[in-house]
Amino acid sequence: MAYNLNINGEQKSFDVDEDMPLLWVIRDVAGLTGTKFGCGLAQCGACTVHVDGVPTRSCQLQVSDAEGSTITTIEGVTGKVAETVQKVWADLDVPQCGYCQSGQVMAAVALLNETPKPTDEDINDALSGNLCRCATYQRIRAGIHEAAKRLEA
Amino acid sequence: MLNKIIPELNPAKIATSRRGFLLGASAVAGGLMVGMRAAPASAASDTAVEPANPLAGYIHIAPDNSVTILSSQFDMGQGPYHGLATLVVEELGADWSQIDVKGAAGNTKLYGNILWGGAVQGTGGSTSIATSFDRYRQAGAAAREMLIAAAADTWSVPASQVSVSGGKLTDTSGNSATFGDMAAKAAAMALPTEVKLKDPADWTQIGNEKLRRFDSAAKANGTHDFTIDVKLDGLLTAVVAHPPKFGAKVKSFDAAEALKVRGVTDVVEIPRGIAVVGEHMWAAIKGREALTVEWDEAQAETRGSAEIMAEYKAKAGEAQQATARTEGDAAAALSSAAKVIEATYEFPYLAHAAMEPLNAVARRNADGTLEVWGGHQIPDVYQGISAKIAGVKPEQVTMHVMKTGGGFGRRAVADGDVVAEAVSVARAIDYKAPVKVQWTREDDMRGGRYRPAYVHSFKAGLDKDNNLVAWHNHIVGQSIVSGTPFEGLIKDGVDGTSVEGASNIPYGIQNINVGLTTTDVKVPVLWWRAVGSTHTAYAVESFLDEVIAEIGADPYAYRMELLKDHPRHAAVLKLAADKAGWTTPAPEGRFRGLAVHESFSSVVAHIAEISMDNGTPIVHKVTVAVDCGIAVNPDTIKAQMEGGTGFGLGSILAEELTLVNGEVEQGNYDTYTPLRIDAMPQVDVHIVPSANKPTGVGEPGVPSIGPAVANAIAAAGGRRIRVLPMSKSMGT
Repeated sequence: MAYNLNINGEQKSFDVDEDMPLLWVIRDVAGLTGTKFGCGLAQCGACTVHVDGVPTRSCQLQVSDAEGSTITTIEGVTGKVAETVQKVWADLDVPQCGYCQSGQVMAAVALLNETPKPTDEDINDALSGNLCRCATYQRIRAGIHEAAKRLEA
Repeated sequence: MLNKIIPELNPAKIATSRRGFLLGASAVAGGLMVGMRAAPASAASDTAVEPANPLAGYIHIAPDNSVTILSSQFDMGQGPYHGLATLVVEELGADWSQIDVKGAAGNTKLYGNILWGGAVQGTGGSTSIATSFDRYRQAGAAAREMLIAAAADTWSVPASQVSVSGGKLTDTSGNSATFGDMAAKAAAMALPTEVKLKDPADWTQIGNEKLRRFDSAAKANGTHDFTIDVKLDGLLTAVVAHPPKFGAKVKSFDAAEALKVRGVTDVVEIPRGIAVVGEHMWAAIKGREALTVEWDEAQAETRGSAEIMAEYKAKAGEAQQATARTEGDAAAALSSAAKVIEATYEFPYLAHAAMEPLNAVARRNADGTLEVWGGHQIPDVYQGISAKIAGVKPEQVTMHVMKTGGGFGRRAVADGDVVAEAVSVARAIDYKAPVKVQWTREDDMRGGRYRPAYVHSFKAGLDKDNNLVAWHNHIVGQSIVSGTPFEGLIKDGVDGTSVEGASNIPYGIQNINVGLTTTDVKVPVLWWRAVGSTHTAYAVESFLDEVIAEIGADPYAYRMELLKDHPRHAAVLKLAADKAGWTTPAPEGRFRGLAVHESFSSVVAHIAEISMDNGTPIVHKVTVAVDCGIAVNPDTIKAQMEGGTGFGLGSILAEELTLVNGEVEQGNYDTYTPLRIDAMPQVDVHIVPSANKPTGVGEPGVPSIGPAVANAIAAAGGRRIRVLPMSKSMGT
């Protein structure tokens, strides 16, 4: 069956099974590979995308439930918050292997959109679902605070 | 061609090769062992002599002025690409905006790991900067000379009038060119017979704290490609059904239902299981769910981890099979000691659980050549394995070394597991399409190659004046190298990876005996970030703390006393203690513990500051000091200490892989639980200034955080945690 999805502002039809997770539509059918597969069980956050602005584990959202939503992946995330977060990520050398960082950035952007001056507690709540096996957490935390500071200025 | 035969090397032959293992030898001298170090060094003699054109082998300069560094070292996150680029940029005089780094393979003479005798290309044992420090600086300097020679010739001026800066060549009479303009001519110039490296006083890149990794931006915007992202025309994706128990084999399978799944193209048997091939990952996953396989478990491991640990504990109380170190007479000193302190420590199996589940891509081209993409940690070995499976010559196989989403040791396996699977599946479908074999998280977690489980038993003897006079440590567990082509590393019954960090303790104790009993278990094991030091550091530094508490001394002062003959260790420990304010009381409700450990030729000390919450430790602040020789990339070193601390902390708090009836219980991150952001402490890193050659940083940040936390818990009045992970015994 064909499903119409709006990914990064483009409306496209995907002829796939209804139970196919959005993650695999994005990666294997749409060819947008910035979104990563880490666990397939909403345990690691590497597949985080924005669905109507809400950070969502794309491995747990089946394509039939994504129709009618606006989906944003790391390739399509734009605006001042996203640009600032990505700039800060490079300035602070947040990533190590980088595999989880698409998801971390998407989670961080969503947090800052919602909470412009997050506390450490806010950061823990928003990003505890995003695993980083390299344990770059100290710099992720610092990066979010720094982005908040730059965005306020 | 040694690189071509590594997979088939006869272990006995390795052990008796003329020069033995160069690194094995240096490891003994240096008092430690490193993870990936097997190097049949007979080939070393023909590695270093042949001069290499740096502009062919190490640095590609394109007409568009881009500079691509060909890295012998595989980057799984610790930053060797940036480190090697730093060495080249320093000497070449390039501008960072020109720089990219690509994984290289297929030429052992150029890329063989010098710390392993140069006989095989590989990344591991935290050797990337050490093996590259001279090689890549020399490559940069030689390339610079050749660019200068090309410019001088073009402009008909003496070379002495040409200077290089920021990726440009200029002379005193106003001529100017980019590297790209001169690249072709430079590559054809005579190789300099001698190159002069910059004086360290003139370094602008090496040691520059403000330098940031050239690849961070791509990792923040999703454009940094990993093996999972390889895109090829017609690429198919396969998942493999592996036996549920280690050592089991396929008896029979029924593919009928799997083949009905939309998008499934093939179901094929390969030596390691049944592969379901599909147009995309979801088809392959669903196809595998529909597959029926009957397994032959006659040769399988059927014990559970509880039985395995019970056996180890029993063995720990018996005589040791082999002795790794003996000084004085520990047995006599213990029997005449005024007081004997005993303890047993238990360590579970651990999974690498890197974020990118294992994968590899294989394609055969029309001309019969093969290409294999993957996290090729030992590309020479994987090239040989791939060639053998495909029935082609190794030189017909191109290995594409991809950047990888973590690794922690898991991508360096003697049989090339997932790489072999990719080529096997490609062959099984008659090479009709390129194939990516992609493991799921569950495949990765249950696929074996774990940090082995170990038991350490200890006895320490105090004389009547409360001096520590005897130390006996018996380690029980599986050998990592036994049964692999690296088996020749076992010496006098001792696999160094089992005892490193315990057999080389730096403390001045008169009578020391460190023994090993190697067990026979079919659960596949492997090096796991920091290898032996992942358990020896915890066991040694925790037990020593127990002994010091029994003596009634200060953990810092007493260690400093025992380290009198090891100034490097003492300096690191002192720096950490000074920075953490060890001699001043911890804030109200906070408690400190410390540990110091040498691994991969670096020394690291951790001081953990914790509070206790209902019997569970909360780690607030960690002070780290590290001596890793010359700090090439200080910020990367800090990042490795921060990340290593988090990695090590997560493992001792709550990581454990268990088996029941031979089957792994954990499958995903819900049950195998690495550290998350809410448990990450503030980590402050201090680097000991050094003019010595660089040593490792990728692994040495891991070992000593665990015992520092354990010792802080004891300082808080809690009990000694001797069974890991801590989650098993805390909070009750």
